[in-house]
Amino acid sequence: MYGNAYIDPNDKAAAMIANEDPQKLEAFEKRIAAGEKIEPKDWMPKEYRKQLIRMIEQHAHSEIIGALPEGTWITRAPGFRRKLALMAKVQDEVGHAQLLYSAAETLGKSREAMINDLIIGKSKYSNVFNYPAFTWADACIIAWLIDAGAIINQVANAKGSYGPYCRALDRICTEESFHLKYGHDNVVTLATGTQKQREMVQGALTRWWPPIMHFFGPSDKISNHTEILMRWKVKMASNDDMRQQFLNMYVPKIWDLGLVIPDPNLKKNEEGVWEYTEPDWDEFKKVINGGGPCNAERLAVRRNAEERGRWVREALNTTESKYIVPLA
Amino acid sequence: MIKSLDPRVTRAEIEIENPIAPLNELDQWETYEVFHQKKRGDQHMHVGIVHAPNAEMAFLFGKEQYGRRGFSVNIWVVKTRDVFASEYDDSDIFDTVPEKQYREAGGYKVMEKINKYKKGV
Repeated sequence: MYGNAYIDPNDKAAAMIANEDPQKLEAFEKRIAAGEKIEPKDWMPKEYRKQLIRMIEQHAHSEIIGALPEGTWITRAPGFRRKLALMAKVQDEVGHAQLLYSAAETLGKSREAMINDLIIGKSKYSNVFNYPAFTWADACIIAWLIDAGAIINQVANAKGSYGPYCRALDRICTEESFHLKYGHDNVVTLATGTQKQREMVQGALTRWWPPIMHFFGPSDKISNHTEILMRWKVKMASNDDMRQQFLNMYVPKIWDLGLVIPDPNLKKNEEGVWEYTEPDWDEFKKVINGGGPCNAERLAVRRNAEERGRWVREALNTTESKYIVPLA
Repeated sequence: MIKSLDPRVTRAEIEIENPIAPLNELDQWETYEVFHQKKRGDQHMHVGIVHAPNAEMAFLFGKEQYGRRGFSVNIWVVKTRDVFASEYDDSDIFDTVPEKQYREAGGYKVMEKINKYKKGV
């Protein structure tokens, strides 16, 4: 599950293709325009490689870190069936990280380098996972609505241009469909349950609405920079388009359950476009840069896991191992 | 010490400032390419890679990663460095020329001859 890669809006478009061989660039863009995929050893612009590494790596980190707030609830999930289901979901998320790290590696950044950048806090991951899951209902809202947002993003990106990323996403989307159903089932159970259960799920929705609105990232004006990324099929839809798609699909389903979305300005206008209170982007920036309620805990837990597993990995290692970049 | 909403994290007594040495090269081992067969009678197909210290572990990870929802009946793992692969830049090695029609079913047209023969009889 994942939102959207955080792209620095200050990146300059002109610098993106400076010093690239114009003939190779033309052939590359022609191939993408024709709907062909780019494979690891093909020629590609440096910026294409850089943006894809950043994007796929952030996606992988999000799967790993996203498993932490959900994993919290495994031991306390109500009932044996829900414990099993949540364990399966968390295992899926960690498996998705493996698939994504593999796809990113084909672009030349080693897995160790990616993990190192995560645990020192250099790499980003989806902002929503810097918030805590206070109650079981929070875990249910995450499984339903955060995964719903992730699917919208991932289905779009699966039609991108980089072969290994598309193949990983196809597999991921299949598994995410179970997460969505599982999450919806849990939310429906609470929303159609006792007064206390309804209050719980309403509380969770109220807490999670702002992060959900942040999920797809700030509004991206059509800059030359975005235009090139879209032409290269690195970015498949604007952040606002994905947010609209999400609202269109899920607001009616939330309202169906008689739950209240904590935004008095939320409505669909006559042109069929959702209007809403502009999310607090200063809060978003603060959290993504390390100032959220759980950033420090997430990374400390991650470092702890790496450190405690290290001796096992070392004991299994053999001197004859030799790393080469995977093929596909 | 982290006081977390997650009781497991609190029990693990993790320091919030716990810098660790960066992972060394090969900490995550080398890679294996994984092939699976969806059902008996199908070809084995490449599905992705796993990182593993040896073939047995690669097999276990491959099974977990690619076969855990009953999509496989058989799995192969091969060290990435043992795969000898062609380059996309050399894909012209697969080009063929129009003269090689003798290798295609469409290169054989007999109806014309048969019809001519029948008329002549």
